[in-house]
Amino acid sequence: MANVRVAGTGLTAFGASPERTGRDLFAEASIAAFEDSGVPRDDVEAVFYGNFMGELAEHQGHQGPLMAEAAGVQAPATRFESACASSGAAVREAVKRIRTGENDVLLVGGAERMTNLGTAGATEALAIAADDLWEVRAGTTFPGAYALMAQAYFDVFGGDQEDLAHIAVKNHENALPNEKAQYQRAIEVSDVLEAPPVSEPLGLYDACPISDGASALVLTSEDYAADYGLEAPVAITGTGQGGDRMALHDREHLARSPAAREAGEEAYADAGIDAGDIDVAEVHDCFTIAEVLALEALDLEPIGEGISAARDGRTTADGELPVNLSGGLKAKGHPVGATGASQVAEMAMLLAGTHPNSDHVADATTGVTHNAGGTVASAMVHVLEVVA
Amino acid sequence: MSDTDEVADAGFDDWLDAAETGDAYCLECANGHGSLPPRRVCPDCGSTDLEEVDLPETGEIETFTITHVPTPAFEEDAPYATAIANFGPVRITGQVVGVDPETVETGLEVALAVTVSETTGERVIGFQPVSA
Repeated sequence: MANVRVAGTGLTAFGASPERTGRDLFAEASIAAFEDSGVPRDDVEAVFYGNFMGELAEHQGHQGPLMAEAAGVQAPATRFESACASSGAAVREAVKRIRTGENDVLLVGGAERMTNLGTAGATEALAIAADDLWEVRAGTTFPGAYALMAQAYFDVFGGDQEDLAHIAVKNHENALPNEKAQYQRAIEVSDVLEAPPVSEPLGLYDACPISDGASALVLTSEDYAADYGLEAPVAITGTGQGGDRMALHDREHLARSPAAREAGEEAYADAGIDAGDIDVAEVHDCFTIAEVLALEALDLEPIGEGISAARDGRTTADGELPVNLSGGLKAKGHPVGATGASQVAEMAMLLAGTHPNSDHVADATTGVTHNAGGTVASAMVHVLEVVA
Repeated sequence: MSDTDEVADAGFDDWLDAAETGDAYCLECANGHGSLPPRRVCPDCGSTDLEEVDLPETGEIETFTITHVPTPAFEEDAPYATAIANFGPVRITGQVVGVDPETVETGLEVALAVTVSETTGERVIGFQPVSA
């Protein structure tokens, strides 16, 4: 299968900029991605854009053409919506499109404006990723749904809030040198344990922040990268997607995410690797427990053991498998529609040696990104490798 | 909430009506897969032959959380306990009522009890612990 080169990456800073429109955020990310790639805008054949709550936050549907216009691209554009996996879905479809030979150059990314909604409004908007009739109307919030999974995990496999706190501490530590991160601030385990509860057993520091931001990637075919002599050493070599029942209560197991397992197995097979080949991972840690479930689903930790990975140092920056060197959703921030493509951007930089945390993975050649929607009723996994 | 007008959600509101009179049901296909309405096709096997089956009187809490930061529709209700309870053919998500949220635990036996949001007055699926 032909590889797809990551020719350019662009990220806005993630954080609170409530007055900035989605189109302005995406324009900034796209400018950075084009500059990084050296690819002219005229060569872009389509725009694949991820966004989740644009109708609620900006009263704006039909965002594909709006974002192409913002990026200065005259090409057909489509918006992808898969809750927090929206731009992961956009990346996946772009990869497939380039592989078929239909396109050589695509602009891919996502954006989300959230903080203008306030905490209550953003909580309400995020909740629509759950089943409205059978979950939201019973009072389920997004943190609440992950709290249900955390409690189920504790009951079945053991572990406690302190184990989860080490994940938050690790990801904050990783974000320190990342200028795009929302929180460049170290925290301690006691900060996490003493934070106000959001939805027990999860507290404020178990949760990613509400964020504004955008991400953009210029993806090209191998042939295009060769013909134009692009500096694009990293390729997306594997893609996978998994699905599951919408409501958490309909899952076979309340503390596992089989959709992510399915997506991981597909992506690994697609890339011709197995979990043991992976040197570094960016996973969807919207809540601390989500990192645990992701590592287990991706076969990077045995079932029931992921809870201790951060605490025991296996996934810290200098551990055997660094996880979320970007700071993760937890500290880098989570503008939901931007997240999936931002993980690919961070991973491409980590592998290319251009990320502020690349020194921790100087010999790494293979990375995985894991982007989840809802309580993982949607999962998108990508494998990135250094190929040149 | 999306249900801001007076129009009912067929299937779901009918189910709440039934639950209020103690006649809660789920849907079951010939292969014994349970699911919740409104539904025309079994999500497990694709069977379109779905039958209403009475839910057992009680279910068992499999996991729970106490929510302190709610959506606006539950602003006045927080903190409240949400749980997933197993009723045999289906699991259901609901709010545990009639007890101090801090006393809720996994394994607790509960009965369905439709309650109302203190914030909106809308009906909410509730779980009443049977020992309370």
